[in-house]
Amino acid sequence: MYDTLIPENAVDQKEIKINAEDVQVYYGDTHAIKDVSVKIEDKTVTAFIGPSGCGKSTFLRCLNRMNDTIDICRVEGKILLDGEDIYDKKVDPVQLRAKVGMVFQKPNPFPKSIYDNIAYGPRIHGLAKNKADLDVIVEKSLRRGAIWDEVKDRLDQPGTGLSGGQQQRLCIARAVATEPEVLLMDEPCSALDPIATAQVEELIDELRQDYSVVIVTHSMQQAARVSQKTAFFHLGNLVEFGETSQIFTNPVDPRTESYITGRIG
Amino acid sequence: MTDASMPETSPSSKHTSSLLQQDVRTKKRNASEARFKAYGAIAIGIAILALVALMTSILANGSSAFRQTFISLDVYLDPAKLDKDGTRDPEAIAKVSTFGYAPLIKAAFDKEFEKPEIGLEGMKSSEAAKMISKEGPAELRRYVLENPDMIGETVRFDFLAGGRIDGYFKGRVTMESAERDKNVSPEQLQLADQLKAAGLLKTKFNWGFLTRADASENRPEAAGLGVAILGSFYMMIVVLVLALPIGVAASIYLEEFAPKNWFTDIIEVNISNLAAVPSIVFGILGLAIFINFAHLPQSAPIVGGLVLTLMTLPTIIIATRASLKAVPPSIRDAALGIGASKMQSVFHHVLPLAAPGILTGTIIGLAQALGETAPLLLIGMVAFVRDFPSAPPEGFFDPAAALPVQVYNWTQRSDPAFVERASGAIIVLLVFLLIMNAIAIILRRRFERRW
Repeated sequence: MYDTLIPENAVDQKEIKINAEDVQVYYGDTHAIKDVSVKIEDKTVTAFIGPSGCGKSTFLRCLNRMNDTIDICRVEGKILLDGEDIYDKKVDPVQLRAKVGMVFQKPNPFPKSIYDNIAYGPRIHGLAKNKADLDVIVEKSLRRGAIWDEVKDRLDQPGTGLSGGQQQRLCIARAVATEPEVLLMDEPCSALDPIATAQVEELIDELRQDYSVVIVTHSMQQAARVSQKTAFFHLGNLVEFGETSQIFTNPVDPRTESYITGRIG
Repeated sequence: MTDASMPETSPSSKHTSSLLQQDVRTKKRNASEARFKAYGAIAIGIAILALVALMTSILANGSSAFRQTFISLDVYLDPAKLDKDGTRDPEAIAKVSTFGYAPLIKAAFDKEFEKPEIGLEGMKSSEAAKMISKEGPAELRRYVLENPDMIGETVRFDFLAGGRIDGYFKGRVTMESAERDKNVSPEQLQLADQLKAAGLLKTKFNWGFLTRADASENRPEAAGLGVAILGSFYMMIVVLVLALPIGVAASIYLEEFAPKNWFTDIIEVNISNLAAVPSIVFGILGLAIFINFAHLPQSAPIVGGLVLTLMTLPTIIIATRASLKAVPPSIRDAALGIGASKMQSVFHHVLPLAAPGILTGTIIGLAQALGETAPLLLIGMVAFVRDFPSAPPEGFFDPAAALPVQVYNWTQRSDPAFVERASGAIIVLLVFLLIMNAIAIILRRRFERRW
């Protein structure tokens, strides 16, 4: 109903990684995402913020077609990854998800050893030719996940035995191990304490060097801390999208201003 | 009863009362909690009583089936009777029927009667020979056919005592009842006492109960569970081999891959319905399809196994689906999120986590199938089978009995000695069920302990 109010986003675009055009998502009869168009840049952290139920997680899950697993979910519009429509009939979502990794809200390590948690992705994608290769990938991924020093002596122990923050970093390392190009994070810190959150945020900032990171967060401070671009969702609409600094200091839309000043949401 | 129906009290009165004194409301709540606990304890008590009563009655009746009375005799394998020509030709020996061996036992008693402490006034050895089971001469013949070299020797044999003699030492037969019984006389019982005093009559553990085949109505002492145990074992193999893969595959497909629409809904409802179908209906189905249509042999473990498979499938499918459902979706998401295919996520992550539940469901289904009687009656497993089925795979097509059907069979027979046999068979069946449940628990623990 606010469609007419959406302003044109005047943001200069460099190296567009994901280009979403007029995306509509329906859950059965519910129109969950309305006309969302967004351009996500490479080597940038893009934050999706907005009140609960505004569709930011739904939209995030469209980017690697995780919504395919929900029977009643229907996606319309175009989402281009490097110029290719990921909702094209020829696209296999499994191949897509190897390129677009995902980290979930709750840490969900496999009930296997730390080593196997990391090695699983490279194994099923055939990234390692032998055990030595795999060892290298595991170490590299765990270092990228900023957890190597904590777990290097107990790689054979269960990943579920780690603390919450360690588990989440393990999950990030696991996502990184398959060498994705885009990393989607769905409220990665909502189940973590402040110290673990700080570690994960630091990690996200480092990951920006190599990946395009899209993060959904409930915490506006977090969005301000880690992201360069911010998109504000409200009731299924993309209300405003722009440089993080601009969104937080000088929002164009009155709804964005209300949200970041705490009057709605 | 509920708190909501309590009349409203003004808030001020609530706060002024002392904590050391229970108010009306608290008293009421505590009383209802105490009542509920009491109901629960009573329910548990009744269940335990019923269990104890059941176990005592079965053990009291059935434990004697595991002990059996034997009479030891020195039998002279008389060449004049067994091998008249003296050629030791197996064919010639085989010509002597079971009746030809009865005199040997009689002769053995004659010899015993020469001893001063054994024998009664006016008792003939033919009368005494009737104390031996009718199975006795047959066993003697089998021994001679296997060892023809022993002809002419004297061999010490442990003969099964007749059912009445056995019953006398188990308290089932008394002197008074023997007077009215045409199968046994008080004199025979007295002689049995003498034999016992002389150490010739002993009561031993009855391995034959587990290893022998069924025996006819008038020789309960020789009846055993061997064929039934083997038949049940074969059926369980058939059920396991068929029901586990079919059931698990069906559940995985329904739970993880099948679209959720009206058709799968109908299938789901019907699986639950199948689990509630009376088992005898499966027997009729088996009779119609496997025997009348597919012409598989009657009384064969393969048919029993197929029928029990049909019966067990719903149990396994329901248990498997429940344990698949119990695997947290976050595990599936995690696998899918790093680019595993649906099948990889199911087989690498979901299935191993669901395995303990699947195993438990399968073993409980098997245990249920092991104890099932009704469908087996309809496909001919109730027949009297004396011969052991051969080794698999041919053995699956040979006639066999099944444990629960054997229990049913024995309870139909008139000789009181079959009462203990039937109860004994129930004990064996229960032991098998306990073993299976124990295996289920052990496997569950083992798999769950992995992490």
